[in-house]
Amino acid sequence: MAAGIYDVVVAAGVEKMTSQSTPRVTEILAGAGDMSGEGRAGATFPALFAMIARRHMHQYGTTRDQLAAVSVKNHANGAKNPQAHMRKVITLEQALAGKPVAEPLTVYDCSLISDGAAAVVIVPLDRAHEFTSRFAKVRAVAQTSDHVALDTKADITLFQAVKSAGEKAYAMAGLGPKDINVAELHDCFTIAEILASEDLAFVEKGNGGPFAAAGCTAINGPIPINTSGGLKSKGHPVGATGVGQICDVVTQLRGDAGERQVARHRIGLAQNLGGSGATCVVTILEAA
Amino acid sequence: MSPESRDGVVYTETIVHSPPEQYAADAPYQLAIIDLHGGGRLTVRILGKTPDERAHIGDRVAFLEEKNGVAYYRKV
Repeated sequence: MAAGIYDVVVAAGVEKMTSQSTPRVTEILAGAGDMSGEGRAGATFPALFAMIARRHMHQYGTTRDQLAAVSVKNHANGAKNPQAHMRKVITLEQALAGKPVAEPLTVYDCSLISDGAAAVVIVPLDRAHEFTSRFAKVRAVAQTSDHVALDTKADITLFQAVKSAGEKAYAMAGLGPKDINVAELHDCFTIAEILASEDLAFVEKGNGGPFAAAGCTAINGPIPINTSGGLKSKGHPVGATGVGQICDVVTQLRGDAGERQVARHRIGLAQNLGGSGATCVVTILEAA
Repeated sequence: MSPESRDGVVYTETIVHSPPEQYAADAPYQLAIIDLHGGGRLTVRILGKTPDERAHIGDRVAFLEEKNGVAYYRKV
């Protein structure tokens, strides 16, 4: 599109996951990790993010309650989203008492196994009015990559791919984290949202847990994160999630988010993650 | 590699309760990333079922054996 090769592009994602058993889905998803080392040793995605959570707790004092606070917040948001998979408000006590998946993570720390689809139409800015008056302008898109296996990273409490994609996107847009009004972050696990909030510089490294627990990422907080309910409550149909996040940001920028509408909605950010931090795409959009 | 250089210290760990299909019979099992005395990091299994045998961050672990490409350790 930017090169002028195409006039109109449709980006669509679709996924069907609920036809398979949880162990089978777990095994298929593990294939997106490092199968030669981690996978063979018995690592699942929840296990990899559990090990990240453990290390984050060790280095920064992040607590179980703070992880649970992310889940409670995303469930509260998702309950207000008619398109969410699990529209269910949960309490902190419920989140803490969840069945363990990979310690310290419980089912309430893990995103859902979902079916879903999403699509966006991308056109040159000067043609946007031919399609709608309510478009969003792409201010930046940045994609980065990093090592796949966690045991090859110096510090697993930081996703370098997310940090780099954020820095590139902010530079491309001429904006900084303080300019973002609303964000959809890849909360495949509660700890992933905490890491992303730090790596995208919404809060300094190590403080993502207290930041979330204090309500700073709630709909009425200084940086509302995952007002859609996120992957936790809206759902995580893997192949559709990235495009879905863009749709959720555009809904906010248009002021169409109903009960979960944020007050200021000029600039929105979406962050999508691949593997355990192996790839990342950060998109910054502006209301037309 | 000498046996001692395969020993290490736990960098992070988890206990997996929801395993992939192929390891269903092992669950729950402990998985850890360890800093090897000989340098580098490795994702390994820590054997043991009792709370005493559970390894935490900073604990020393000793190499037991390698089976089907997986390294098995126990807490020292």
